[in-house]
Amino acid sequence: MRHEGKTEARLGRIRGSEPPRRHNARTIAALTSNPGCARRAVLDAAGVDKERLAARVGFPAAFGQSQFAIVRGNAFEKQVKADGCAELLRLLRELLGLDLEQATYRDLGAGETGDSLHPRHAAARAQLAGAAEGARPTVFDHPLLRLDIAGQEVYLEPDLVAFQHGGAFHVVEIKSFPVIDGQADGEKVAAAAIQSAVYVLALRRLLGRADAVSHEVVLVCPKDFSNVPVATTIDVRRQLLVLEHQLARLTRIDTLLDALPDDLTLDLAENGAGGPVVTAEALTGALGRVAARYAPGCLSTCELAFFCRREAAGRTATLGAGVREELGGVETIDEALGLAHGTLAPDEERAEAAAMLRTAARVYAEGLQAASAAVPPAPVALTADGEPAAPPGAGAGP
Amino acid sequence: MSAVEAYARLLAARAGAAQPVASVRHVHLSERPLVLVPLTMAGEANAPLAALVGTDERAPALLVVGQPRDRALRFAFASELAGILLAHVERCAAAGTEPVKPPKAAARQQPATAPAGRGAGRAGAAAGGLGGAPAGADAAGTGEQGTDGPGADWEAEAAPEPAEPVRFLDAPQVLVPNRAGIDFVRLFGRSTRFRATTGEHAVPAAVPVLGRWLTYLAGRAEHPGSASLVAMTEALTLHWATGQSALEDANLAALMAWIDPPAGLSGPEAALLAEDPVRWPPAGPATDPQFDNRVLAPAIRAYDAAAAGQAGSGGGDERLGEALAEIQRVARTQLEPTWRLMWRAVDRLRALPAAASAPRRWERDRARFTAYYSYLRDSDGGLPQARRDGAVAAARRLGALERELAEYEADRAFDDPLVLAGHRVTGEAFVGTVVGADRERRRPNERGSLVTRPLVQLRTVDPARLATGTRVRSPARPGQTGVTLAVEPADDGFLVVLELSGGMGRSKVPPPGSVPKVGETLAYTSLLVEGAFSAGLPAPEDTPWTHGGPPSPYEPAEQDARELWE
Ligand code: SF4
Repeated sequence: MRHEGKTEARLGRIRGSEPPRRHNARTIAALTSNPGCARRAVLDAAGVDKERLAARVGFPAAFGQSQFAIVRGNAFEKQVKADGCAELLRLLRELLGLDLEQATYRDLGAGETGDSLHPRHAAARAQLAGAAEGARPTVFDHPLLRLDIAGQEVYLEPDLVAFQHGGAFHVVEIKSFPVIDGQADGEKVAAAAIQSAVYVLALRRLLGRADAVSHEVVLVCPKDFSNVPVATTIDVRRQLLVLEHQLARLTRIDTLLDALPDDLTLDLAENGAGGPVVTAEALTGALGRVAARYAPGCLSTCELAFFCRREAAGRTATLGAGVREELGGVETIDEALGLAHGTLAPDEERAEAAAMLRTAARVYAEGLQAASAAVPPAPVALTADGEPAAPPGAGAGP
Repeated sequence: MSAVEAYARLLAARAGAAQPVASVRHVHLSERPLVLVPLTMAGEANAPLAALVGTDERAPALLVVGQPRDRALRFAFASELAGILLAHVERCAAAGTEPVKPPKAAARQQPATAPAGRGAGRAGAAAGGLGGAPAGADAAGTGEQGTDGPGADWEAEAAPEPAEPVRFLDAPQVLVPNRAGIDFVRLFGRSTRFRATTGEHAVPAAVPVLGRWLTYLAGRAEHPGSASLVAMTEALTLHWATGQSALEDANLAALMAWIDPPAGLSGPEAALLAEDPVRWPPAGPATDPQFDNRVLAPAIRAYDAAAAGQAGSGGGDERLGEALAEIQRVARTQLEPTWRLMWRAVDRLRALPAAASAPRRWERDRARFTAYYSYLRDSDGGLPQARRDGAVAAARRLGALERELAEYEADRAFDDPLVLAGHRVTGEAFVGTVVGADRERRRPNERGSLVTRPLVQLRTVDPARLATGTRVRSPARPGQTGVTLAVEPADDGFLVVLELSGGMGRSKVPPPGSVPKVGETLAYTSLLVEGAFSAGLPAPEDTPWTHGGPPSPYEPAEQDARELWE
């Protein structure tokens, strides 16, 4: 049973007097890249401005976009959408082999119904569902979508185009990174694919049918070194699977909130006198009450990364998932070194990891010794407690 | 990521300083490498903004593009860069040549892939080349196929008759800060190599030649162990482990902070400072967005205004000069810190002794360089590399890359006990003490005649995981191969029984010292250089139609020269 009013009020208290930040496909994609992080889930649900929060607690994030990139991105999108998406329709015609003579363009943007979300979403739903019955091919611009994230309804303000023909929809993403000789920056394509998958999912939920929206999304990018747009389809089935799986894994926001003190607030507003409503120390304290799960990937996806990284200092997770795995999942650097040097006795669960770590420590020490002697390696005598007689690392680097 | 590297990261985190994961330098370093630090303009398709480049730390050349959206200015930048890179290429080619040993049987397959007519034409033309005929230089006995870069086709075809094969003594080495720097080289090569130097869309003469060389370098960079184009962050992480993640290591300043922190600072302290884009501008090619918005944008606007004024009134050279000087100044602020870091990194790497097999890998770079250099001079060579490989060329290329990777890993383990350590944890290598040796053992071979095959037994505490029949070799006895007859658990570790062959001379009884003695400690690894040769692929001209048929050689096309770049 959902207590929407109660949850909303609670999230409102956390956010304080600031206007809420809205989710978008990028933030949802980021959310699912670290689904175990309650901190991010709560902050995003409450619509807290994470960038400003990070700056307030003394860990400003280096996010931000160059105006050159913004200008170019906007210009390209405008070009593709000019004259009722004439260019886009031409590309779709070629790509999908369709007869689109009759195609029409509908802008479902904020202009028509004002800025309010509910009516806009309702309008989008009516328009898209109507079109699904089968009408003329139509390009829908800016449809407002809705997705359930951790038990909370989230509106998606998309810069997306949904293209309908014969009752089936394609999601179209316009991106300004180039496709050169049929290849594009892998990271950028991956990001575009997961974002498109968010839209596909939201569109499917809106229409209530999975088969109404194709898993092939259309990516429109500049070709080679020019401004000429080129369209490619990408199959986002894998991303959809990941996304649905991760969204299902997101703990319900109510459950997360239940674990938090009732008076928790991260209000970033200023009081009448120009001072903060909540001091930086209080903000830091409040953040600390919400459990995080830092991983180096956060550095490129979350504004709070520098804060969380500092907080996670000493944990093997800060060294990266690959390293943590190599270390048999041992939580902290001290523990791992203790097991490696035999100063910490492993419990049964970590016996295997400990054996591996001890071997790693031994062969590393022998390797160093062999290298410095420049002769074939010789076994190193172990002291009574199992620590190599010449502990590596004592030399503090090269 | 091996367990030893993971462990070294733990140690680094505790010590607050990077820890070695290599004891020798696995990357060849030229005496005078060409360091290139490029910057691009955000949002554009690899549009150059500025670069510091040169072989002398104290005298870099600064190249800037006043308005990076201006096509003509981009090609002016390319022309300047060409001047520097091509001079570097010529210097390497002028350093002299050495004769190449006659190719072994394996290498002989490859010239056969050249269609006879073309091959003959080439052999003749090559004679006019520099210092005789550096053509046919790839006969290094490595069996490497023509596999460089996007465009292996041309190279397979260009494989010439080894008439008087020689190899240049030096080859260009270009160092860029990071992987994105390699991408810059590849894309800048792509955007310049097809240009025409005559006609309506003419660009300066050196531009398409630059494009070919950049493409060549980017192609080499895909080959494991090649040192022609090196990303500094990758060269460094091959030798040191930091107490941060691989993601953070990709930032050259943060990586160097752990390896070589300024006096008075620990690695993590210095790394934190290195993440401040104001203090340590990003190593490129992407610029700091704040720099773009606050500093660069106004400078470019001033340049545009000055250029417009000049176009309007015909005068205003001085204003344009000032505006350009300002862009040069701000570009320098973004480039110089990285420039200094690059040379500090070179110094750190140079301080390590070169790995035993590094010269052999560099020899391959020199061979490829020689081959490409003569191809460009050849009267009917010199075409730009194709946009894409044909199917067979691509398969060949992948096969070659796999083989080179296996070789490179085996080489490094052989050359370096710290690298070997990583394989000891996984059980692919072990270090043990000889506890038994039967030097005089003889047994019948497959044909029934008696051969000398000594046995040694080694005790190891390493978790040796070697299947019976695995071939192993010891860095201390490279000429001798062992085959595991048994690996049995023995108190605290394993007893490994090896049957040895090779490295014992011809006499019936191996001379003393040619077989390990009881009490000796030896390392053995199952990573061996002579990886299996990949299954034979058809020659490019025999590509089946199912794979696209024989590739058509690149034909210069009018639209390539005209290609938009806006
Ligand atoms: S940076 Fe912090 S809040 Fe953001 S996802 Fe990572 S752990 Fe969660």
